[in-house]
Amino acid sequence: MTGTPLLEVEDLKLDLDIGSGRVAAAEGVSFRIDRGETFGLVGESGCGKSITALALIGLLRHPLSIGGGVIRFDGKEIQHLSAARQRDLRGNRIAMIFQEPMTALNPVSPVGRQIAEMFVLHKGKSWREANRLAVEALASVRVPAPERRVKDYPHQLSGGMRQRVMIAIALACGPDLLIADEPTTALDVTVQAEIIELMRNLCAERGTAILMISHDLGLVANVCRRVAVMYAGRIVEERGSADIFRAPSHPYTQGLVASLPRLGSRAALGRGRLQEIAGVVPAITNFPEGCRFNPRCAQATEICRTVAPGTDLLEAGGLVRCHHHA
Amino acid sequence: MKLRANLVIGGSLFALAILVGLLAPWLAHTDPVMDANLMNAEEPPSWTWWFGTDDQGRDIYSRVVYGARVSLTVGIISQLINSVIGVALGLSAGYFGGWWDDVVNALTNLMLAIPSLIFALAIMAVLGPGLTSLLIALGLTNWSFTCRIARASALSLRSQGYVQAATVLGYGDLRIMITQLLPNMLGPLIVIGTLGMGSAVLSEAALSFLGLGVRPPFPSWGSMLSEAREQITTAPWLSVFPGLAIFLTVLGLNLLGDGLRDILDPQSRSRRT
Repeated sequence: MTGTPLLEVEDLKLDLDIGSGRVAAAEGVSFRIDRGETFGLVGESGCGKSITALALIGLLRHPLSIGGGVIRFDGKEIQHLSAARQRDLRGNRIAMIFQEPMTALNPVSPVGRQIAEMFVLHKGKSWREANRLAVEALASVRVPAPERRVKDYPHQLSGGMRQRVMIAIALACGPDLLIADEPTTALDVTVQAEIIELMRNLCAERGTAILMISHDLGLVANVCRRVAVMYAGRIVEERGSADIFRAPSHPYTQGLVASLPRLGSRAALGRGRLQEIAGVVPAITNFPEGCRFNPRCAQATEICRTVAPGTDLLEAGGLVRCHHHA
Repeated sequence: MKLRANLVIGGSLFALAILVGLLAPWLAHTDPVMDANLMNAEEPPSWTWWFGTDDQGRDIYSRVVYGARVSLTVGIISQLINSVIGVALGLSAGYFGGWWDDVVNALTNLMLAIPSLIFALAIMAVLGPGLTSLLIALGLTNWSFTCRIARASALSLRSQGYVQAATVLGYGDLRIMITQLLPNMLGPLIVIGTLGMGSAVLSEAALSFLGLGVRPPFPSWGSMLSEAREQITTAPWLSVFPGLAIFLTVLGLNLLGDGLRDILDPQSRSRRT
């Protein structure tokens, strides 16, 4: 890839104020997303993936704050922008959709108005023009009879329809980056597939990059070209999404891939146990010394318990943070 | 949706009061101020004098009809002032939190600690009697409940997904408050508003009764009661009819408030859908 990347995160550190002091909820987070690229951030609950997204759009609120590092969007540092400048970016050039389509729409406002408001807010359109564009936006997310649907209230729409509306709102101003935080978790599996397909197609058409955040490795690998796996506040592995299934490098990723049920396996047939990763995620106030995965890692040695591993470049392409990587 | 009795009765009573006030010049039999005639003084209610006459021979019916204008003007406008102040303070306090919230809370507690009628009396004492000062006095003294409700709603709505979504989409604070928070707290605010109108009508009556409201000879229900109290044994109709007017209007407003609470309450709303 040439030229400046769309988004560059370097050594980002996110602090959590726990009253008696600060702990790093995430640290050493670095990744880059090129224009039109699809990038996935995977990890279990509490690993720091959602707060990383919030940091990107400048919405970290007390007790969380940015403790260090650089976020560059379109070549410009944005982590210290004024509130007003950040607001100009949000919704306009960086948009985000949430996991809860049930609650992410204002219940007392027709959906068309909520889409139209984006054009008024960020593009300075008149309401008449914005309302016309809202119908088009609703049509673009394949909502049938959009000119009637714009008058509907959120409770009149199904979950899938609401998520389509959310996508229409998010993409209304033609953002460069769409952050999707667990966009389909609350939806039925069949609807999930439709929504993901829709999101991917629309973004590909418009050259919008996607940062997809999920705990679902399979889903992310399916959507994204590259995937980063986060564990306990650090990115432990970053690979092309095909590679991550074929030859996971970090023991944690290996554990994740091994724990996926496979068709035809004994576990899937109900005759054996699914693979699991032993142990539990450490508490944020109690991260282990050295590699944070060491208490749960079968390959851990003395060095893992004392020295935090740096990021190594893999020959096959990709990055891994492990002393003993394959 | 099933129409609720309190909503219908309350709404009709309030609508009737407003109609009477609006149509006063056509409904009244005589001029409420000028048509004094000592020949007709203290007539009991009859076919000619529906509600009787007072000691100056003025038609009580006409005076009650015109009095509706004062009472409703005071009730509606002073409550509107209260609502605007209460919503502006409470909504912003709940949304922003921090020191502003502390300031608004302290102010609200102060207002709740002072009996509002006493406070209104103090303001009236400074401004002097009259309709305008009545509106100001009552408009400045009864916003604390509205403020409380708006603040509590803003606090709980602030963490709603759509409010956060609006932040992410680049909405400014003011836009979020007006488009996301306010419409979603309108239900309880309307209820508080109608109940507040009822109490403002009563406060007007109280202040006019004390001689601080509308100046005689112009009629308001409160001042009519005040003038009638010495003749309550000899001419009870002087106090009964304005009292009845106050009673029915306040009753109507309270029933209307209750009815609106029933249909605007999110829980009963979700039960319907």
